[in-house]
Amino acid sequence: MTPIAEMSSGEVDLIDRLRNGDEAAFVCLVNTHSASLKRLALAFVSSDAVAEEVVQETWLAVLTGIARFEGRSSVKTWIFKILANRAKTRAIREKRTINFSELEDPSEPDHAAVDPQRFLRASHPTWPGHWTSPLEAWSGSAEDAVVSRETMDVLQRGLDRLPPAQRIVVALRDVHGWPAMEVCEVLGLSEANQRVLLHRGRSRLRGTLEGYFAGNA
Amino acid sequence: MNDETRREMACQELVEVITDYLEGTLAEVDRTRFDAHLASCPSCQEYVEQMRALVRLSGKLTTRSLEPATVDSLLSAFRRWRDSQTGL
Repeated sequence: MTPIAEMSSGEVDLIDRLRNGDEAAFVCLVNTHSASLKRLALAFVSSDAVAEEVVQETWLAVLTGIARFEGRSSVKTWIFKILANRAKTRAIREKRTINFSELEDPSEPDHAAVDPQRFLRASHPTWPGHWTSPLEAWSGSAEDAVVSRETMDVLQRGLDRLPPAQRIVVALRDVHGWPAMEVCEVLGLSEANQRVLLHRGRSRLRGTLEGYFAGNA
Repeated sequence: MNDETRREMACQELVEVITDYLEGTLAEVDRTRFDAHLASCPSCQEYVEQMRALVRLSGKLTTRSLEPATVDSLLSAFRRWRDSQTGL
């Protein structure tokens, strides 16, 4: 079976160099991935400090495991899977109440993408299911050139407040730009489940920004 | 063809399937309904734009990298590991 993410020749080279004790190769890997690893860890654990510890443990596990790494997945996928497992273990040890059931079974009922009150009822004679009032435009506030520091802070806080499963998927897909398949592989999710979590997370964030812009009108 | 394919997509349905639409995983018949509704609904056009803006802005969130002390500690750990490897 062809691996989903074949390693680039650059990656193969890096792994070989790492196996041979090349410090520059290690530094390169650490610099490339630590920010994303930390963001993933923060979706599981309660603090910056603990997230750093988890990332550190992950890199140590990479070193001890590198001799056995067979290259059947990309090195990135392998590293992130180690991180995900360590972060989950740490979270459980901290007795932090994290609802992973959403990650396992996103078919559980959740809030609608938008408050149903904002739509006309199904029984409406002419426009069932349509917006009760026109949507306020954001244009101007959300344009890249003029988006304010405060807007980005609101977005960051909104992301931090998402349920963990949604936060992880939105962070990997939209903040870090990972393709869907990579997210599914690292988190052990089906594409459909990943999409449900992405949808819920994005819907909430849109609502957060909408509330912020409406308050600042 | 059944009634589904002729039934207009309402706004309330659009906001539920928008992620599938943007991911390109919406069934063809529903994509057609989606586009047809969008063509005549300014609010839903705005909604789709807002979703796109959200994804764009998310991509601009800065990531927090490791503390220098952590990186130092990692380098020390690396050197210990390297030195303990026989045959290097």
